[in-house]
Amino acid sequence: MSDRRLLASFDCEEDLLAATTLLNSKGYRIVDAFTPYAVHGLDHAMGLKPSRLTWVCFVCGMVGALGMLWFEYWIGAISWPIDVGGKPWNSLPSNVPVAFETAVLLAGFGSVFALLGVSRLYPGKKVQPVLERVTDDRFVLVLDEADARFDMSQVEAMLKPFNLAALEERVVTTEGLQR
Amino acid sequence: MAKSKKQRTTPVAPVQAADPLATLRPQLITGGKTPADVTRDICAPLDHSPGALWWSAFSVSMTALIVGTIAVTYQIATGIGTWGLNRTVGWAFDITNFVFWVGIGHAGTLISAVLFLFRQKWRTSVNRSAEAMTLIAVVCAGLFPVIHMGRPWLAFWMFPYPNTRGSLWVNFKSPLLWDVFAISTYLLISAVFWYVGLIPDLATIRDKSKPGWRRRITGFFSLGWNGSARTWHRYETVYMLLAGLATPLVFSVHTIVSMDFATAMIPGWHTTIFPPYFVAGAIFSGLAMVLTLMLIARKVMHLEDYITVLHIEAMCKLMLSMGCIVGLAYGTEFFIAAYSGNPYEQFVFLNRALGPFSWAYWTMVSCNVLIPQLLWLRSLRRNFAFVFLISIVVNIGMWFERFVIIVTSLHRDFLPSSWASYVPTIVEVATLVGSFGLFFSCFLLFCRFMPVIAMAEVKGVLKSPQRDLKHDSARGDAA
Repeated sequence: MSDRRLLASFDCEEDLLAATTLLNSKGYRIVDAFTPYAVHGLDHAMGLKPSRLTWVCFVCGMVGALGMLWFEYWIGAISWPIDVGGKPWNSLPSNVPVAFETAVLLAGFGSVFALLGVSRLYPGKKVQPVLERVTDDRFVLVLDEADARFDMSQVEAMLKPFNLAALEERVVTTEGLQR
Repeated sequence: MAKSKKQRTTPVAPVQAADPLATLRPQLITGGKTPADVTRDICAPLDHSPGALWWSAFSVSMTALIVGTIAVTYQIATGIGTWGLNRTVGWAFDITNFVFWVGIGHAGTLISAVLFLFRQKWRTSVNRSAEAMTLIAVVCAGLFPVIHMGRPWLAFWMFPYPNTRGSLWVNFKSPLLWDVFAISTYLLISAVFWYVGLIPDLATIRDKSKPGWRRRITGFFSLGWNGSARTWHRYETVYMLLAGLATPLVFSVHTIVSMDFATAMIPGWHTTIFPPYFVAGAIFSGLAMVLTLMLIARKVMHLEDYITVLHIEAMCKLMLSMGCIVGLAYGTEFFIAAYSGNPYEQFVFLNRALGPFSWAYWTMVSCNVLIPQLLWLRSLRRNFAFVFLISIVVNIGMWFERFVIIVTSLHRDFLPSSWASYVPTIVEVATLVGSFGLFFSCFLLFCRFMPVIAMAEVKGVLKSPQRDLKHDSARGDAA
């Protein structure tokens, strides 16, 4: 990957989607796209794999459920057994509700923290948006100008039919994409 | 086609009839908004100081909150002997309020999670405020059991932690303990769901604000969100997971609340219908509260283009269907009591409808079942003043439902010599008033300082169906 990037801006999601699909099929390297809202189908257009965060959710949920079932069993049958309405020490049905709640709690928190971790989002993180309007109404496609055959005028001609709003080149630095 | 054209004698078949676009659904957001308009409109209230309407509503709610705070302080200092409870009616006002507020919260989760899974696009205009309502309502609900403890500073005893008494653990076989876990989980997951939905919008506000305290605060809480498609991709996955988790959670919460009653031996409580009955009732009352709040917020925050007649009508239809389920449950309870052949069960239900609390019972039936039937009429569903009135009526009815279930089942128990009545004291009424004060104060503050509409979600549903179809046909894959 080179340190030169081409930023193509669009005014609506349909243009971004169509442009992304075309460039991806032509073998251009799409680094990322920036959109004000989740554009459905953009992941396919960019060729992103399904997220594995679902597994984090599943594992956290299982840990919550099994951990709580064990804890309830240990409390009710081992640590301090108390006869409640003649139920068995290890009464599974009465242990299910709390185990379920713990599973949901851990699965929810686990997925969110995993999301924040994988996406490197944390409180107070300084960020320089690629474009001020990208969280408002602009859709930006970021291409890698890696290939020696990368022809700026050719790319521009390809993007023109998609109502290209702006095209600019940036350089990757430690502080992000600089002009 | 050419043949049929020749046979036609009059030049009918106007363009619209043949036009497939004419059969599409109307647009969700009116006023021809662009994404930039959405950002501007939703952020506008953050820049201006609120109007007279907001201030008057806020002062009324704060007054109610102060009244409630005084009442709670007094009853904690004196003891819960300040309530109207007696040996027969050991649960009444406090638990009624608890169940009422938990129920209010449920519609928020229904709108944010269940309707998300069902791909109901109209939810985007109301989900942010409905989720805020859930959070505030659950906080209001949680206060009541804590107050009921009498020594609220020992509330942490409800959690299983190693202690110097043995360790003496909590009783995991008690539904009251399940409730502790259910309500705490519900509060935490609702808060996370709400915050995750808020992150992109906080980033929008951050990028729009001038350097200053608002930019610093939104910059801190937006976690460095930059709108990257890779992040959106994961974000959507997690949002779906949270919706998938919140859906069974919301059903479990009110199921467990109903088990607080259903696992007791009291006739009128000890029934298997309670979980679905309570869940339907909870969503019913919550939808009424969402409607009340939305109709107010729409006017006060000038959101007429975002919360349209379409949204109100959709919520009215949901409310009507829930009301019918609740009505069916009322009928089923009577049928099962009659059919069971259990004289105690039969007595409780006859006593509900004809006994000293029959006024409460019939208030409940008329507010929850009879009056909402008017929503079958389309013209009334589209009349905002009428819908507002209905939403208040349902709120009252659902409060009485919990009161009826709790008090009428208790006040005449197995032994006629211990029969008693119940009248709430001024302290209890003031506590209820205070909880409404807390609820509305928090909601008004939310309207003032937060984006009341999920901008990043509304922008996604802006595009008209017409544009969608044209775009598809341009690509050549239209139906």
